[in-house]
Amino acid sequence: MKILVVGGGMGGTILANNLARRLNSELENGTAQITMLSASEKHMYQPGLLYVAFGRMAPDELYRDQQSLLEPGINFHVDPVETFKLEENHVVTQSGKRHDYDIIAIATGSRSMPEDIPGLAENSINVYTEKAALEFHKSLCEFQGGKVVVSVGVPHKCPMIPLEVTFMMHDFFQEQGILEKVQLHYTYPIGRLHSLEPVGKWAKKEFDRLGITYETLFNMKEVDGDKKVLHSEEGTEVAYDLLVAIPPHKGMEVIDTNGLGKSGWIPTDRHRLNIEGHENAFVLGDTTNLPISKAGSTAHFEAEALADNIASMVKIGRSVRDYDGKVFCFIEAGKETATYAMFSYNNPPDPKPATKSIHWFKMAYNQMYWASARGLL
Amino acid sequence: MELIAGIKQGDIGEEFEVLSSDEGSAKDIPEWINKVGHELLDSFESDGVWHIIIRKAK
Repeated sequence: MKILVVGGGMGGTILANNLARRLNSELENGTAQITMLSASEKHMYQPGLLYVAFGRMAPDELYRDQQSLLEPGINFHVDPVETFKLEENHVVTQSGKRHDYDIIAIATGSRSMPEDIPGLAENSINVYTEKAALEFHKSLCEFQGGKVVVSVGVPHKCPMIPLEVTFMMHDFFQEQGILEKVQLHYTYPIGRLHSLEPVGKWAKKEFDRLGITYETLFNMKEVDGDKKVLHSEEGTEVAYDLLVAIPPHKGMEVIDTNGLGKSGWIPTDRHRLNIEGHENAFVLGDTTNLPISKAGSTAHFEAEALADNIASMVKIGRSVRDYDGKVFCFIEAGKETATYAMFSYNNPPDPKPATKSIHWFKMAYNQMYWASARGLL
Repeated sequence: MELIAGIKQGDIGEEFEVLSSDEGSAKDIPEWINKVGHELLDSFESDGVWHIIIRKAK
């Protein structure tokens, strides 16, 4: 049985390692093979970018060699897929090599697209790449006061980032001694402060307590960098001195160009995680079109369910469980407190008051992640 | 949020149906559609699920 994992990010790596452990004897006796194809020899811990943006992690702490994270039985190649032939059960890579498979899992991720909104890329800062996070930190350090607008695009990666960035800036400016010279203003695309209603209610209380202003039903249309004004699709506008973008994102171009899904999101069964119409092709992480959080935690829990199912398909010829939509997201509520949202398809979150202990658990998880990636946690 | 994302990548004239168990959606979505200038075709509740049907107008 040939298993092909396309993508070496959080979802693909946790899946491949969990599979390798479950299929240890099959890998040893040659009845199963696991191959991973990735675009990079490095593995990035993307949630760490938030901490780089606030000067609390160095960029090099975010990376490990991908090969070093993988179980010994996994064949790893830095050779991204260019062509998917799902009907013929093979892919062709950038180098021209053909890989046949019995089961494929696609976890190619997503990319930040500030350039999709006119004027946004050149007039705003964000935390979604290493370069952007470093620029973000420099901008915060140089900021002397004025109106900071945090504006949220659709769809965006990691639904907690808009709130975390806002709370962390509040405490950053407080620590710098300039908070009284700063007005923090938050805009959100729908009629509340967060897509998850209980999180929105919790955030509203916190914003009101901290004096953070907000506007809902605000979708970024374009930025006038000369006048420092952000215009919305709804016909309103907001002036800023510093514009913090939560940019829209898209799935990878290779997904779109192969006709697997519009904007790079692959139509995916919400429980089985297979591509609609393909019983041996699975999707996880940001690459799905599922209307759930595009977050590392989602990829993690999807990978665990998928590993159980693919391993059992090899061993007993069928899958054994559904993915239930489980997600666990920490929410940094400032410099040294945090809360969390745990939810699934049928159970909404119920965020509790932020505490120092949850913040320190998150800080510990930033280090423990490397055990998660290895499929150990 | 999913409706906004869907409309962004859809074609003008394309119809979208939102199914939501959240009563707030039945109020918020028509309000947003009206602000942005798309067309609300229908909105009704059936077995505890709200169906809101929209056409992308621009």
